[in-house]
Amino acid sequence: MRQFLRQVLRSVADSARDVAPIVAVVAFFELVVLQQPVPNLGRILYGAVLVVLGLAVFIRGLELALFPLGESMADGFVRKGSLAWLLVFAFGLGFGTTVAEPALIAIADEAAAVAAQAGALENSEEARAGYALGLRLTVALSVGAAIVIGVIRILKGWPIQYFIIAGYVLVVGMTGMAPKEIVGIAYDSGGVTTSTVTVPLVTALGVGLASGIRGRNPLVDGFGLIAFASLTPMIFVMAYGMLR
Amino acid sequence: MKDVALHFLSVVAGTLRDVVPVIAILLVFQVLVLRRAVPNPRRTLLGMIYVLLGLALFLDGLDEALFPLGRLMAEQLTAPEFIYEAGAAVPAAVAWQDYAWVYAFGAAIGFATTVAEPSLIAVALKAQQVSGGTITTWGLRMAVAIGVAAGIGLGTFRIVTGTPLHWYIMAGYVVVVVQTFFAPREIIPLAYDSGGVTTSTVTVPLVAALGLGLAGTIPGRSPLIDGFGLIAFASLFPIMSVMGYAQLGELRARRRRRERSGS
Repeated sequence: MRQFLRQVLRSVADSARDVAPIVAVVAFFELVVLQQPVPNLGRILYGAVLVVLGLAVFIRGLELALFPLGESMADGFVRKGSLAWLLVFAFGLGFGTTVAEPALIAIADEAAAVAAQAGALENSEEARAGYALGLRLTVALSVGAAIVIGVIRILKGWPIQYFIIAGYVLVVGMTGMAPKEIVGIAYDSGGVTTSTVTVPLVTALGVGLASGIRGRNPLVDGFGLIAFASLTPMIFVMAYGMLR
Repeated sequence: MKDVALHFLSVVAGTLRDVVPVIAILLVFQVLVLRRAVPNPRRTLLGMIYVLLGLALFLDGLDEALFPLGRLMAEQLTAPEFIYEAGAAVPAAVAWQDYAWVYAFGAAIGFATTVAEPSLIAVALKAQQVSGGTITTWGLRMAVAIGVAAGIGLGTFRIVTGTPLHWYIMAGYVVVVVQTFFAPREIIPLAYDSGGVTTSTVTVPLVAALGLGLAGTIPGRSPLIDGFGLIAFASLFPIMSVMGYAQLGELRARRRRRERSGS
């Protein structure tokens, strides 16, 4: 019991240390630069306590569930030896976790509103909703494709840099051709795709696959899935902007 | 009190919506395709509840306190009244030096939010475990946070000066490509990954507010063309800083070896 308590206290202390910089930055700019009293101090302290507790509990859950689950799935697929099912799973994981991602929904709506304002789009509820949905599906499709390509790379042990550099060249080339208003959104959509639940799972999956296959190094081959998932949305979204 | 509980419940529901698709996909494949029982079902269930509850608490706390304040500060720091004398008009051509506090705030908040980013903690934990400790959780997270700070600082500078986004991004890509040839092989996938994980729950809302606020107040900037794009900076620069971190580590190890053989 005492050991358990000590463990809990330690993880809470770790989380407090992780959150402390945000509090320090906000306090410094509020008090020293803007020279304004902090509004609702009590509420902010309450929020900070929630953040610290939440982070500590989440990390524990990560170690108990998300990491073991990702590893066990990877192990299961290596044993089963069915490439087709592994790729279907990879696509499903990428597409399914992205399409409902709140950050993506927010940015798609924002993008539609801004595009309508700029006259790139008819300013009606329907047109905006259609544009936002199209954008969301495009990004989800791109993440599904990214995990598939990333898994094939792990299986084959191909060096990641060729893919990423080729992807960058494509992004740069398309930037010149895509409509100007889609470029910023395309660049940003690469960043919002990977949610807090997906990242640990996908990382554990990649490392698990690389550890389970003979001749693969978990460090060199296992990581990189997230990189694919942040690169392909840029390409797909610019293509969406060019085609529609 | 009732309000607080209700609000928390709505955040739990939102998190549930985020987690359920993941669990559904995992279960379908585990049961129907792999035909295996979930290992340690009780432990896994407990862990999933922790993930759900932890994430909900975390997001609720951010919503409750840090996001409103952060957004307010982004607005205040970019407001013409703060940068110029009260009542003075914003000049048609802004001088980039006037916005020094904005760059500083961007860099500082980028650093701080990255340190608290849960997905980065996850990747760093895994990296330390897999590398046998040659990459430390703390070292990797610091390297990424420094990269994000540099990225957001430069990104806000770009919005103020109005230079085209793609110049920066292309120049950044060139640096990344060159670094890739010289960096230790083991760090490369991890460096590319850290570009993607930096920008999720904590960083995006604050940084997006900063970018849109800045683009909205400076004459001649459009939120559509200039407001977005900050997140791209935040995902590009960590790639450089993580490769730099590994190169520095290698350099130091080499120097140590040389000293030892020399003495």
